[in-house]
Amino acid sequence: MATTLVQEKEKKPYSRNRLVIGLVLVGTGLLILLLFGLNVKAGQMASYELTPRGDTNVIPIPRLTLPVQLSIYILALIAIFLGAWQLARGIRSTGALVGVVAFCFVASFLIWATAGKSMDLVGMLNTSVVRATPIALAAMCGVISERSAVINIGLEGIMLSAAMAAVTSATITHNLYIGLAAAILTGAILGTIHAVLVIRFKVDQIVSGTAINIIGSGATNFLSARFLETNIEKLNNSGVFPNITIPLLVKIPILGPMLFENNLIFYLTIILVAVLYVVLFYTPWGLRTRAVGEHPKAADTLGINVYLTRYVDVIIGGMLAGIGGAYFTIGSVGRFDRLMTNGKGFIGLAAMIFGKWNPIGAYAASLIFGFADSLQVKMQILNIPIPSEFLQMAPYIVTMIVLAGVVGRAHPPAADGAVYEKQ
Amino acid sequence: MDRNTTEMQAAQMPDPKNASKRGGKGGSGGKVFQTLLIPVLSIFTGLVFGAIVIAGTDASVIAAYGNFFRAPGTALLDTWNTIALAYGSLFVGAFGSPTAVVQGIQAYLATGDQKALLMAIYPVTESLAAVTPYILAGLAVAVGFKCGLFNIGAEGQFGIGALCSAFVGYSIKGLPWFVHLPLALLAGAAGGAIWGAIPGYLKAVTGAHEVVNTIMMNYISFSLGDWLLNGPMKAPGYRPLTPVIQDSAMLPRFFPPPLRFNWGFVLALVIAFLVYWFLFKTTLGMEIRAVGANPDGARYAGMSVVRNFVLAMTLSGALAGLAGATQVLGIDHWVGQNFSSGYGFDSIAIALLGQSHPFGVVLAAGLWGFLRSGATNMQSMAGVPLDVISIIQGLVVIFVAAPAMIRWVYHIRLARAEAIVLTRGWGK
Repeated sequence: MATTLVQEKEKKPYSRNRLVIGLVLVGTGLLILLLFGLNVKAGQMASYELTPRGDTNVIPIPRLTLPVQLSIYILALIAIFLGAWQLARGIRSTGALVGVVAFCFVASFLIWATAGKSMDLVGMLNTSVVRATPIALAAMCGVISERSAVINIGLEGIMLSAAMAAVTSATITHNLYIGLAAAILTGAILGTIHAVLVIRFKVDQIVSGTAINIIGSGATNFLSARFLETNIEKLNNSGVFPNITIPLLVKIPILGPMLFENNLIFYLTIILVAVLYVVLFYTPWGLRTRAVGEHPKAADTLGINVYLTRYVDVIIGGMLAGIGGAYFTIGSVGRFDRLMTNGKGFIGLAAMIFGKWNPIGAYAASLIFGFADSLQVKMQILNIPIPSEFLQMAPYIVTMIVLAGVVGRAHPPAADGAVYEKQ
Repeated sequence: MDRNTTEMQAAQMPDPKNASKRGGKGGSGGKVFQTLLIPVLSIFTGLVFGAIVIAGTDASVIAAYGNFFRAPGTALLDTWNTIALAYGSLFVGAFGSPTAVVQGIQAYLATGDQKALLMAIYPVTESLAAVTPYILAGLAVAVGFKCGLFNIGAEGQFGIGALCSAFVGYSIKGLPWFVHLPLALLAGAAGGAIWGAIPGYLKAVTGAHEVVNTIMMNYISFSLGDWLLNGPMKAPGYRPLTPVIQDSAMLPRFFPPPLRFNWGFVLALVIAFLVYWFLFKTTLGMEIRAVGANPDGARYAGMSVVRNFVLAMTLSGALAGLAGATQVLGIDHWVGQNFSSGYGFDSIAIALLGQSHPFGVVLAAGLWGFLRSGATNMQSMAGVPLDVISIIQGLVVIFVAAPAMIRWVYHIRLARAEAIVLTRGWGK
């Protein structure tokens, strides 16, 4: 009897999920071998500059030189090995597993692309975090809005309008801070409009967001054609926020020049991410917000003003998106071009979903998208055989893959998208 | 989430018993009146706002208002003139000048010379030609709405459909028109169908929201189109555009050039009727609408939500692709960059304005075609940038989606209307 009990070890069925992930990982490894490993000549080296040229702030470290073929084979082997392990034994944290193999794929792509050449790695990392800024701000707007169960997809419209407001007011007043304030104000106004439409008039949240996108892009195109394009000096030439170097931290190799030599909007973003995280999870206000998002009726019976909470959250979200819009003009190029946001608002929404509606997770996801963005720019410079148009598709394809893989397992706030009627 | 939406849906079902007590007319007549009233008033209000924007951003009007207290008459007159010029040229651009039409008829009756008459009706025919892709693209988004799916990818599907049909149009030579033309149209529909099926499939299987995915597909289609137009599909020469399609693939035109009004318009009307018949008179169409109204209920009744999502998005994409195809085969005869520009958001507005019903979509598309056609004239004659139409469009979308606003402004009594899109959040 004791032996039968011992022998009755629970046999877990071979889950289809494990099989699929394992096969995908092994397949990725093989793909690395075929695409990259076989396309390089033996003996080629790739070198990566780890100290930006001419940067005197940082402690210099020598460049990293890698043997191309060997590195790619090793990365492929790691991917295949992990996939095989997953098939045979199963690994608990599949998310980390997929992340590691994805890293192998991207790294081998990079090594293949720089075979026989040299690349400024730190510069590319810097571009990644900087380009992630508007995506992160859009994601933050999405997070705070959706945590109280209001979907806001009008981010493109808000960011475009805020960008135009920022550059125009900054040019007229010769003051970038006024431009930033104008952007925040514009974001707040558009956020208010969305909130009123959705909460007071019970318009479908996606329809309202789309209408804001249509009006935002239409109005900025209209005003740009009417005023900005004929009056560049007086209305569309603001200059950008200068880079601020943080004295001691910038000396850190690699991380220093990557993170601590950027402009105000970048630092503001990082601070806001931290603040949002603390507010959302460690303050009574954040608790009320999350309660309203999960079960508004229960929150209402406890005396929380559901409508007011949603109004405030959506308006704050609008302000965050406004700062994101300001990045495009006064934080980047110093002028407004039509439709310059180019889908970053929607990518921000994808980052929010990928980050599971958590500010820090959303920021990490934005970094990934920022990396994809900077990758396609860098690849065009490196002159690799893939046409530039396909590289331009990369951030969008990455978004779709991420959404497909993650969204089923990511749970939005329970009342997300539903209209709340106080009864 | 769905609990709330079904309750909302139930509360908003049309109330036939009380309809006769409201509105001016009784029974179903009252319902039709109410259904038309809100969109019409929305358009009117949108145009009023548009007028304010046009006048308010005109340099001479701004200058006149600077002098307001010294010469108020000038300021008001200036405002009126600006708006009149803008909307006047909009009208002339859309319909043509009535005097020119009369003169053209007189000339034709007198001398048998058609040219003046043809030039006089050119604006109207251009407007009707512009309506064709709007009907099909609006139907595409409407079909999506009927299944509870928000297809913002109409622009990408339009572009892919245009490229596919152009490819069949210029690369296959020597076919008779009654083979080549349908083949080209089919190619366009197929291209759009695939482009729509991908987000549909992703939504059905992984729950990824079709809003983000269709938008991503849009951007991917722009890059893909750029590559094709600069590479494999490029006509000899410097400019990034395809070769002109064969004569056998062109949609026949009604009038001699330069009039471009063609059979595509008739095709669009026929397709609109077919979509109506499909959605309201077939079992499959009923399933799609049931899934749109209440996916949980539909699943309980045994319908496959996955299959209907994919079917609806594929059909939607096919219609948008067909819209692109008719534009290529009927009007332009070649595809260039930014070919599908604007059709995406326009079709959303048209579907919303037409309350996602095929006949409503036809009417709304008619309005939009005439508006857009007139707007190009407004841009050249009155100097008003085309984009003011986008502003009007967005406002109309808001007014149609928030009838409470229009009712409040115009003091209309409460009407019941079916909810159009039911937001379901991000995942399953």
